[in-house]
Amino acid sequence: MIQRTPIADAFTYVLMVLGFILLIGPFIVILAGASQTLQQINSVPFHFLPQDRFLENASAAWSRANLGTAMTNSLIMACLVTFGKVALSACTAFAIVFFRTPLKHLFFWMVFITLMLPLEVRVVPTYAVAADLFEPFRLLISALTGTEISVEWNLLNSYAGLTLPLIATATGTFLYRQFFMTLPDELAEAARMDGSGPVRFFVDMLMPLSRTNMLALTTIMFVYGWNQYLWPLLMITDPTYKTTMMSLGALLPSENSLPDWNVTLAGSLIIMAPPLIVVAVLQRWFVRGLVATEK
Amino acid sequence: MNKVSKMADIDIRAVRKSYGKTQTLHGVDLCFASGEFVVILGPSGCGKSTLLRMIAGLEEITAGEIAINRRVVNRLEPRERGCAMVFQNYALYPHMTVAQNIGYALKVASVPKVERERRIKETAKVVGLCEYLTRKPAALSGGQRQRVAMARAIIREPKVFLFDEPLSNLDAKLRVTMRAEIRKLHQRLSATSIFVTHDQVEAMTLADKLVVMNKGHVEQVGQPLDIYHRPASVFVASFIGSPAMNLFDTRVEVDTASVRIGAAQVPIDPALAARLRGRDLTIGIRPEQCVVLPDGGRVPAKIDFIEELGSGRVVHAEMGDQTFAAVIGEHVNVRAGDRIGLELPSSQLHFFDRDSGRRIDMEINSSVPQQVAGASTLAIAH
Repeated sequence: MIQRTPIADAFTYVLMVLGFILLIGPFIVILAGASQTLQQINSVPFHFLPQDRFLENASAAWSRANLGTAMTNSLIMACLVTFGKVALSACTAFAIVFFRTPLKHLFFWMVFITLMLPLEVRVVPTYAVAADLFEPFRLLISALTGTEISVEWNLLNSYAGLTLPLIATATGTFLYRQFFMTLPDELAEAARMDGSGPVRFFVDMLMPLSRTNMLALTTIMFVYGWNQYLWPLLMITDPTYKTTMMSLGALLPSENSLPDWNVTLAGSLIIMAPPLIVVAVLQRWFVRGLVATEK
Repeated sequence: MNKVSKMADIDIRAVRKSYGKTQTLHGVDLCFASGEFVVILGPSGCGKSTLLRMIAGLEEITAGEIAINRRVVNRLEPRERGCAMVFQNYALYPHMTVAQNIGYALKVASVPKVERERRIKETAKVVGLCEYLTRKPAALSGGQRQRVAMARAIIREPKVFLFDEPLSNLDAKLRVTMRAEIRKLHQRLSATSIFVTHDQVEAMTLADKLVVMNKGHVEQVGQPLDIYHRPASVFVASFIGSPAMNLFDTRVEVDTASVRIGAAQVPIDPALAARLRGRDLTIGIRPEQCVVLPDGGRVPAKIDFIEELGSGRVVHAEMGDQTFAAVIGEHVNVRAGDRIGLELPSSQLHFFDRDSGRRIDMEINSSVPQQVAGASTLAIAH
């Protein structure tokens, strides 16, 4: 809006404040509720002011949902997903942008297609593969030679199983590809003239140059990994591998017990904290990495 | 490293380049001696940069051979060829300091840190960058970036320097200074240098040997002055020299031993006239060689407009339907609209065959055009 009249200004501000309340409202409810007593949280109307009972509620939630193990598992999973995804994205984008091979376009489109197949769509076949990694090979070998071999290896109840299917998608590849394409060809050529091979070029040039990109992707991927629910739910049967999103269920008051929503809210606040911290620390680079390329 | 191994001669034999079906270089044969400063000149798209990049190893050679120091390098990686290159947009590493930029090649070659730093300092001194070693390229001016790019090439002590239009991003004044510095540097290092440009002034001033290219062919090879005085083709004649050479399509009139330019006849050598009988010709004369007579001369003309150059003036005149440029001194008193006469000394006329565009010479033993003609028949045959 280019014109600036008092009415237009007022309207804009009303819209902004409404949007802000809409976004921050649930968060205030959590903050307030997590620090109230059982009586306070069940009183009508709801009190929007935080009280002093947060630590008690938090420790109750921690032990009820066994959050110690769950938080550790989620942290490991989110970090592995982040690291794997950033590394894989950088490598695939490097291959797609800087190498001329006859099958380049085929590979590019294969990577592109994975964008249309998020984990939720391919969850059944992915589970089948994770449950029995060698099944396709066994079938192939028995069809070809007639011999049956009994090798079994599955990824159920393991960190590898939790993370690998989430890593193998293309979201980050495109962020990197866009950035690599903005680099002038001469940069790669100058490095070649200076005697640096592809790996060296990747480590010495592309990695430092794509730092903001990498941090932006880290932010997105950490939150993505932390928030995974469906896949861990299918994959994990062993309680020692439970993630926080699965423990959320255990925090809900059951039908015939006390409606202690204060404990539930305190638990969700704890679970919410790590991604919030990551975003808060990295947000400066996050915005820069997505909006502009540093020159 | 001793002096001899620093220099290298370069042989380019029947080199071609195609991208799919389009051929951009049609069989180039060139030979550069050790320590020579070669300038490859041509309009954009003539294949000069492609040729340079093929020598560097950045483009594949479709056919033919390139040999550096008698060793065929077609299959060698750029780093194994002993060439260093200065790029048009400098291609500095933006995240490294000037010192890191200069020393990167040594770092890749695992030169120990102490020696690396010593050589970075030495090289920085050569190009005058000592105070800027800790800066990032973004904090440098165009000329300083250019110097970093040159330092990066020098530090490797290459056998061959390749320059890909390195001055075209600089402003006019800096370009002249850097041109002189490149020439001085060449005299100091005496490595073979190949310099690609589309600027004829750069080409004329820098070159020991000038190569003029057009549309993927080599038009002429020779010393700059030779090429200026004896252009081998209409293209070279029109491309080299500013203002450009005047060119007219005409035929020889044998009875009067003269050529017709506009409404006038200019006499030529009778023997030459006899030889050129019946051929379609293009004749050329440099604007500097035309004499303008304010009070009428052999060729009548009318002045269209005059360009002031300071050191002289360029008269643009019309004779019949032809336009014409002539350079005159300040003392000649003419104005736009004046009727003047032009004197075209027949000894200064250049004769070209109109169909092939090739120069026609009276002397039979003119080696330079013959060499080029050989290359062009090769190209036509393909």
